[in-house]
Amino acid sequence: MTDTATTPAAATATNEADTWTVAGRTFTSRLIVGTGKYKDFEQNAAAVEASGAEIVTVAVRRVNVSDPKAPMLTDYIDPKKITYLPNTAGCFTAEDAIRTLRLAREAGGWDLVKLEVLGEARTLYPDMRETLKATEILAKEGFAPMVYCVDDPIAAKQLEEAGAVAVMPLGAPIGSGLGIQNQVTVRLIVEGAKVPVLVDAGVGTASEAAVAMELGCDGVLMNTAIAEAKNPVRMAKAMRLAVEAGRHAYLSGRMQKRRYADPSSPLSGMI
Amino acid sequence: MAQNDTSNALISLTVNGEPHRIAVGSTIADLVAHIGLDPAKVAVEHNAEIAPRSTLADVTLGEGDILEIVHFVGGG
Repeated sequence: MTDTATTPAAATATNEADTWTVAGRTFTSRLIVGTGKYKDFEQNAAAVEASGAEIVTVAVRRVNVSDPKAPMLTDYIDPKKITYLPNTAGCFTAEDAIRTLRLAREAGGWDLVKLEVLGEARTLYPDMRETLKATEILAKEGFAPMVYCVDDPIAAKQLEEAGAVAVMPLGAPIGSGLGIQNQVTVRLIVEGAKVPVLVDAGVGTASEAAVAMELGCDGVLMNTAIAEAKNPVRMAKAMRLAVEAGRHAYLSGRMQKRRYADPSSPLSGMI
Repeated sequence: MAQNDTSNALISLTVNGEPHRIAVGSTIADLVAHIGLDPAKVAVEHNAEIAPRSTLADVTLGEGDILEIVHFVGGG
């Protein structure tokens, strides 16, 4: 979504409130982090803290009936302070994804959800036919789905028309850490969207999060890049700074590229 | 609670894919308590339909019922 209030040219102050809004909820942090793959709940909670994230994605899974007193995520990351965004990771059909989110809504009362319907296990690429179908049904049922999708501006538009409250194109396959493979299409999605655009998946290191933000995305969602760093808490901080840096760079309006050099010091007055 | 009934009358359920037995007349709320879960932290699907939390104490379980009890775990 291209912000009208804060187009690059209009933004002169550096400390003005820079928030983004999805489905009527306003957030300051533009970094959404996952809660999978961490060594333990303590490390996970510390990484969330360091990331500054206000939203975390969570999965919906069966409780372990034989160990009902096992610690739960909610004991470490307080859903009253951090917005839980239930996801449908692992769902390969619209039906499974919808069933999962209906349960999520019952478990916590949330209607803001992350929809992902996967096409195959090898690439975890989204199945857009099922994704579109699920988006329509969820929107009709009163959900506010943020939707993981291909980096295709037409598909993104169709999702928006179907009721997606945010479109979240992949930068690269989930968990790959390959960085943003197709900056052209991500930018086209941003230009065409009336809802927030977040890169979801593919970021491996801080500079790649900055790239997403410099393309004009409203935010970035990541999990593995932080959880599988040797020092996840420090990487969480790096990602926070990168998202902020990329956002400032986008709002600043970068210089034009030139093919050749252009000196920064005056050419006149040389001795 | 119903599972303290000494009549030995039990019904068979499938809970999260595993067989489970509970006293005749038990409600979903009884089952959740029997397993030892905090109902505020879970969601229940009863025979493929969402069981709203407010109704857990009102729904009596029947022989062969299939239940899914889920909660939030870490995920991306």
